[in-house]
Amino acid sequence: MQWLKLSLLSSALLLTACVSAPPAHDYSAFRRADPHSILVLPPVNNSVEVVAQYSLMSQVAGPIAESGYYVFPVTLVEQTFRSNGLTEATDIHAAPFEKVREIFGADTALYMTIEEYGTSYVVLSSETVVSVSATLVDLRSGAVLWQHKARASSAENRGSSGGGLIGMLVEAAVNQILESITDKGFDIAAMSANRLLYSESHNGLLYGPRSPKYGQPVVSETKK
Amino acid sequence: MKKLLLASSMLLALSACKTTTEPLYYHGEYNKAVYTYLKGDTTTPQEQIAALQTIIQDAAAKGKKVAPGIHAHLGLLYFDSGSPAEGEQQFEQEKTLFPESAKYLDFLLKSKKGA
Repeated sequence: MQWLKLSLLSSALLLTACVSAPPAHDYSAFRRADPHSILVLPPVNNSVEVVAQYSLMSQVAGPIAESGYYVFPVTLVEQTFRSNGLTEATDIHAAPFEKVREIFGADTALYMTIEEYGTSYVVLSSETVVSVSATLVDLRSGAVLWQHKARASSAENRGSSGGGLIGMLVEAAVNQILESITDKGFDIAAMSANRLLYSESHNGLLYGPRSPKYGQPVVSETKK
Repeated sequence: MKKLLLASSMLLALSACKTTTEPLYYHGEYNKAVYTYLKGDTTTPQEQIAALQTIIQDAAAKGKKVAPGIHAHLGLLYFDSGSPAEGEQQFEQEKTLFPESAKYLDFLLKSKKGA
């Protein structure tokens, strides 16, 4: 009986091993549509940071490819829109999906909005934040397959240094300088993009056809 | 048998949250190359081409697959710097590796030739 108790215990451990996360998406429409390729559209930028759009576009290709999809080359995509007179992301997002499909031959398009991007200095700490919301649309039908949001911050991993109040103020000022000089936003955008899209992230994309886990349930589905 | 069951359920518990999957591709600094290009930084096209060639060579040396978009972006840089033959070659490479790109890249090749 001892072994039974132990294996029950470890099963309980298995169930509680992961922190409780938001409820799982309903992936049924996504799974039925079975897209093979994703076209990343230039994101709408609601932050004051001009580079935010470029930074995010550069960072989303990785997690999409690693999830098992073909991701269209964002530099060429941006240029194609520009040479067709579409320079504003809001105009691109408003373009008819059939037309977008006709040019790119993509199964789906990813519509993203940057909610926050940048470094703020708030008395005792400086923090770089990137938050993004996204919608994956089937370009063959116009149906929404998936929607998600993600946020990442430079303050997540920073331990508080000693030195009391003055120490904290100095640290904050130094962080502020470092965070703007090294374009910290670019690194935080990578974290945010991973959280948002990667199929190993909670409520991320399904495993695509080029993934060895293609067809298997994703993380949030197995934790019901 | 009991031990096996116990061991496997323990193992399952331990591995439940840590899934380390082998990357599908080699990306190198493709993200930085794209960022540099989009921002219009002051690096020359030659420097950008060299950076991408390095990624492709590194991938080959490591026996890894080149991530989608790298050959296409390199092609774009070649076209931009007045080397259409090399540009077309890179587009063809992208199409071979990723047939999903064929329709779009053919559309671009056609418009570039027509221009």
